[in-house]
Amino acid sequence: MSLASSVAPAPRVRVTSHPWVRFGVRRLGRLLVSLWVLITASFLMIHLIPGDPVRAALGPTAPATLVAAKREEMGLDDPILVQYWHYLQNLFTGDLGTSMISQLPVSDIVAQRLPATLSLALLAFICAVVVAVPLGVTMGVLTRRGHGRRTELGFTTTSVIIGIIPDFLIAVGLVYVFGVSLGWLPVAGNDTPSSYILPVFALMIGPAAILSRIIRVEMVAVLEADFIRTARAKRIPARSLYLGHALPNALTASLTLGGLILGSMVAATVLVENVFAWPGLGSTIVSSILNKDYQVVQAIVIVYGATVLIVNTLVDVALALLDPRSMIRED
Amino acid sequence: MRQLKSVLRTPLGLTATLLTIGVLVLAVIAPILWTDDADAIDTSNILAPPSAEHWAGTDNLGRDIFYRTLVATRLSVELALAATAIAVVVGLLLGTAAFLLGRRGGRLVNAGINIAVAFPGILLALFFAVIFGVGATGAVLAIGMAGAPAFGRLTQTLVAGIAARDFVAAAQVAGVGRLRILLRHVLPNIGEPLAVNATISAGGALLAFAGLSFLGLGVQQPTYDWGRLLFDGISSIYVNPWAALVPGFAVIIAGLAFNLFGESVAKALGVGVVGGIPKLPSVAAHLDDVEPVEDTRHSTDDVVLDVRNLRVTFPGVRGPIRPVRGISFAVRRGEAIGVVGESGSGKSLTALAISRLVDDSGRVEADRLELLGDDLRAADSKAQRQMLGTSLAMVFQDPMTSFNPTQRMGRQLAESSRHHQGLSKKDALERAVDRLRSVRITEPEKRAHQYPHEFSGGMRQRAMIGMGLMGTPALIVADEPTTALDVTVQQQVLDLLASIREADDVALILISHDVTVVGEVCDRVLVMYAGRIVEDLRAADLAAAQHPYTRALMAAVPDMHTDLDQPLAVIPGRPVDPSDVPEGCAYAARCPLASARCRTEDPALVADAAGHRVACWHAGEPLPLEIEDRELEEAEAS
Amino acid sequence: MSELRFDNVTVRYGSTTAVDDVSLTVPSGQVLGLVGESGSGKSTLARAAVGLAPVDSGTILLDGKPVPTRGRRRPLQMVFQDPYSSLDPRMSIGESVAEAIPPGLSRAERRTEVERLLELVHLDPDRLAMRPAALSGGQRQRVALARALAGKPEVIVADEITSALDVSIQGAVLNLVRELQRELGLTILFISHNLAVVRYVASHVAVMHHGRIVEQGPTGHVLSDPDHDYTRTLLAAVPGQSQSKGSL
Ligand SMILES: Nc1ncnc2c1ncn2[C@@H]1O[C@H](COP(=O)(O)OP(=O)(O)OP(=O)(O)O)[C@@H](O)[C@H]1O
Ligand code: SF4
Ligand SMILES: [Mg+2]
Repeated sequence: MSLASSVAPAPRVRVTSHPWVRFGVRRLGRLLVSLWVLITASFLMIHLIPGDPVRAALGPTAPATLVAAKREEMGLDDPILVQYWHYLQNLFTGDLGTSMISQLPVSDIVAQRLPATLSLALLAFICAVVVAVPLGVTMGVLTRRGHGRRTELGFTTTSVIIGIIPDFLIAVGLVYVFGVSLGWLPVAGNDTPSSYILPVFALMIGPAAILSRIIRVEMVAVLEADFIRTARAKRIPARSLYLGHALPNALTASLTLGGLILGSMVAATVLVENVFAWPGLGSTIVSSILNKDYQVVQAIVIVYGATVLIVNTLVDVALALLDPRSMIRED
Repeated sequence: MRQLKSVLRTPLGLTATLLTIGVLVLAVIAPILWTDDADAIDTSNILAPPSAEHWAGTDNLGRDIFYRTLVATRLSVELALAATAIAVVVGLLLGTAAFLLGRRGGRLVNAGINIAVAFPGILLALFFAVIFGVGATGAVLAIGMAGAPAFGRLTQTLVAGIAARDFVAAAQVAGVGRLRILLRHVLPNIGEPLAVNATISAGGALLAFAGLSFLGLGVQQPTYDWGRLLFDGISSIYVNPWAALVPGFAVIIAGLAFNLFGESVAKALGVGVVGGIPKLPSVAAHLDDVEPVEDTRHSTDDVVLDVRNLRVTFPGVRGPIRPVRGISFAVRRGEAIGVVGESGSGKSLTALAISRLVDDSGRVEADRLELLGDDLRAADSKAQRQMLGTSLAMVFQDPMTSFNPTQRMGRQLAESSRHHQGLSKKDALERAVDRLRSVRITEPEKRAHQYPHEFSGGMRQRAMIGMGLMGTPALIVADEPTTALDVTVQQQVLDLLASIREADDVALILISHDVTVVGEVCDRVLVMYAGRIVEDLRAADLAAAQHPYTRALMAAVPDMHTDLDQPLAVIPGRPVDPSDVPEGCAYAARCPLASARCRTEDPALVADAAGHRVACWHAGEPLPLEIEDRELEEAEAS
Repeated sequence: MSELRFDNVTVRYGSTTAVDDVSLTVPSGQVLGLVGESGSGKSTLARAAVGLAPVDSGTILLDGKPVPTRGRRRPLQMVFQDPYSSLDPRMSIGESVAEAIPPGLSRAERRTEVERLLELVHLDPDRLAMRPAALSGGQRQRVALARALAGKPEVIVADEITSALDVSIQGAVLNLVRELQRELGLTILFISHNLAVVRYVASHVAVMHHGRIVEQGPTGHVLSDPDHDYTRTLLAAVPGQSQSKGSL
């Protein structure tokens, strides 16, 4: 028997087709296309609003000359493609327009408010992961096939219920208990470190429940996999089996979801910020929508959207580092 | 229907079902009964705390919060259902577009969906809320449109899963049109998951609505839903917290009801009943009447593996499942034993049982189970693990899934040496490279740094054998090691096993469903049927097999010498279900020689002078010739 | 007459060429066995014949005319490898077979036709209301054969139809294929990786390797006196040649 015929096809080494290069190009391409869709959608938003956005913002009593001047200033009377072109140009130079209500440059508003939102989302995400990973892994091992049916039922039920309750309702509950009844913790603003406690808790508890549930399911599934049987056949200690073989595989499967959760946490700040009067982008976008201050809304939509897209891209990169097959699966 | 009943049988499912029905009933009757109570203004009683008259207190116009919450049920549920309907319809259109449009158009739609789902729902909802305007209608459209991409993605995944199945291809080949295939084959097969997910999204929409109204972007005065009540209540939370808490609870309960109902149905459809499997009785049911084999042949000390009356039992819904029902055999140093039998006959479980790898839910019992003289029935200990880890090598069927995809090959091989032989990381890796070379893998240094997916199937199977050679195995157990491989590659793997056996006098247990493979490689063949050995003979004697099952197996498979003018032999009927083993000989229903005795008395496995063992009352009797195919078909039907 | 001919057919998926300039003739009323290892392009060739895979260049001809891959009339029918995936689990087997019958028959005529087809594959027509889940693998594969015959095909493409079946059932399906071919005079392209199976059912053999046909000819000739090295390698790898088995 000749051995030559059994050798796997040699990995192709053309530089351009190196898997990492291909992955990087493709992933970057997707990010750029998504960003373009986001920017275009936010541009179209103003034009899809029925009626005159300037009239809507300034109110029915504003003099017609003022409305006309404002329209002129915003270039709303130009052909739409010209407007689109200017819009893109301004974005690239960091000019997001001025607020129709406060007359402040929108970029200043965003720059001033963004840090509060990001710090809140990031802190909540870290807390969620720190809670969910050990919990999910432990539960996975305890409830692997043929084990802990009661534990499984209890854990799943609890985590489903906690995961469903929306964060702003949890926030309201927290305000009531810790702010109104007990008066222990601050319930508004972000002036002291302790004012982070309630908002972060409200934001992280639901995602932590969902994430730990997913990690448990993945862990149980991985523990059924053929390669775990192979690892068991090597008679390695349980710790190496669970932490060395099962955990990395369960995590790669959960990482995609983790990324989605981080993304949605950024967005979830909208509601939670409103409960705690948190001086971030979330409270600003809501008041701007109500005040029909559309240029501010546009800018914040882009900032939120871009943050989410960048987070997703980073997650895919992390996934590719952890599990090289995921690069190929991407297609 | 049966699945729906099983939903009701779990406490959670029952609660969720009752709650869902309750919410729906309330949505219908509450506005009819209590609208007047809810709208009654009492200016003398503004922002009052809970009292006997007003259970949850009053709002800033003195209206009763409790009644308002009840009445708001209808609007809240209506809005949520309307938004869900929008999400489902738009999502279905998006998700099935790819199937209908063909490749290019489909790819475009899918790319669009993929971009849209990357954005969190709340962000999409805010975006659409700006476009559609503040108010109930705007919010319905916004939440509906925001839910559409996710539903589209779900539909798309489900459709793609069904479209890849051969029955869709078969319909295409038969000339059935795209749209008709979608309606007749695809949608019916994904209807259940779609309905379940629509229910769950209805719960989600309810909560999302509360969110938008809470932000002041949803329902506007004077109409009110739960979110609006919450919005009004929170402004007075220091005066009457119940004005916020009561509608808050209503939202949570209704949202949970829809969600949990959907999840319970999903679980019932997918995963079966929770907690429905009874524990095994603590004493094994009478299996002791099996095979009192007194075997002198195995008493020599070159026995590597000695198995007597091995049984494996699993708990089942309708009583215990017994896939392995009393197996006895021994393997001597350097001997190659083949195990053949139909799917489900217990071959793999026997292999797992002798290597202590049956999962914890199964129970393994034996009168004797010794590897190199060590009792494997003893409790798990470090010494035993070390013995098994170094002297027993396992090779599994599917080389594609049997390696850890996230670890490099070298590390996976090295692992056992690090644990059992105390080698350093470097030394263990060196040994791994050496072992890879010994299983004829070219460039082993480079290969050791690659991941499993960079190996071909045949190479992985050889690497798996190499992994077993990290220690000094006395026995290799190979469970269908070549079934997933091409014939030419299969031959290489079999040759490799044979050469290892010769070089180091290693014993081999080779499991296969292919009698010809086993006959070529092995000294002795065990034929399994329904968890028993029915015949144990020398491979050279296969042509002179005595048991009707072995003879049928041999004749059913064509080989390069089969007579082309004769039809192939056929074994009618189906294999025995291990949870329902018949009395008497398990093969009787399919056996052309079966007599009355066969159906009542179980034949024991008896050895002749030459050590050829057979379990059959009519061993070696001539088989009736030419059974009409038609009759066989009827036998199959029974 | 119904001769199936592949003329210089090439099929590409992205940058890989699955079928590379294949010319092959399945003679009318004969069985051609197509062998080769997994990934050699056998299934792609089969799928191209029935219009499930796009042909990049070359032509596939039935009696000199292009094979229709649109409309209801399909003279080429296919039977798939996995009988667990090739029948719609929600349809009764009767419905599955009926769907493939060309339009133009009344309800009653359809029903008689379905019953006739089930008889033909030795299934009890009383079972036509059963779902696939209630049938064994071998019985499902018979239903799949009946469905293929429902389209009144001139040619049947059988892609590894026994490899998902247990050995004990394989024989029955092979017997049926031989019987149907003889009774109905069908032209069959029979794909398998198992040379012994091909030897048993096919009068002609073609050997495929890396997307190309490396050898073709009458079965007896190719198997006893192979021309190509790869064919020799395949033959040498067939297990159990050293001994001959007894028969019943
Ligand atoms: N964990 C389990 N729980 C319940 N039943 C099981 C379990 N594992 C295996 N079985 C049952 O035991 C029987 C024998 O299985 P086994 O895998 O040993 O068969 P096999 O002879 O190896 O078949 P194949 O040729 O398909 O590999 C099957 O009916 C199977 O359903
Ligand atoms: S004991 Fe009877 S039924 Fe069983 S195999 Fe022998 S003859 Fe057949
Ligand atoms: Mg098996």
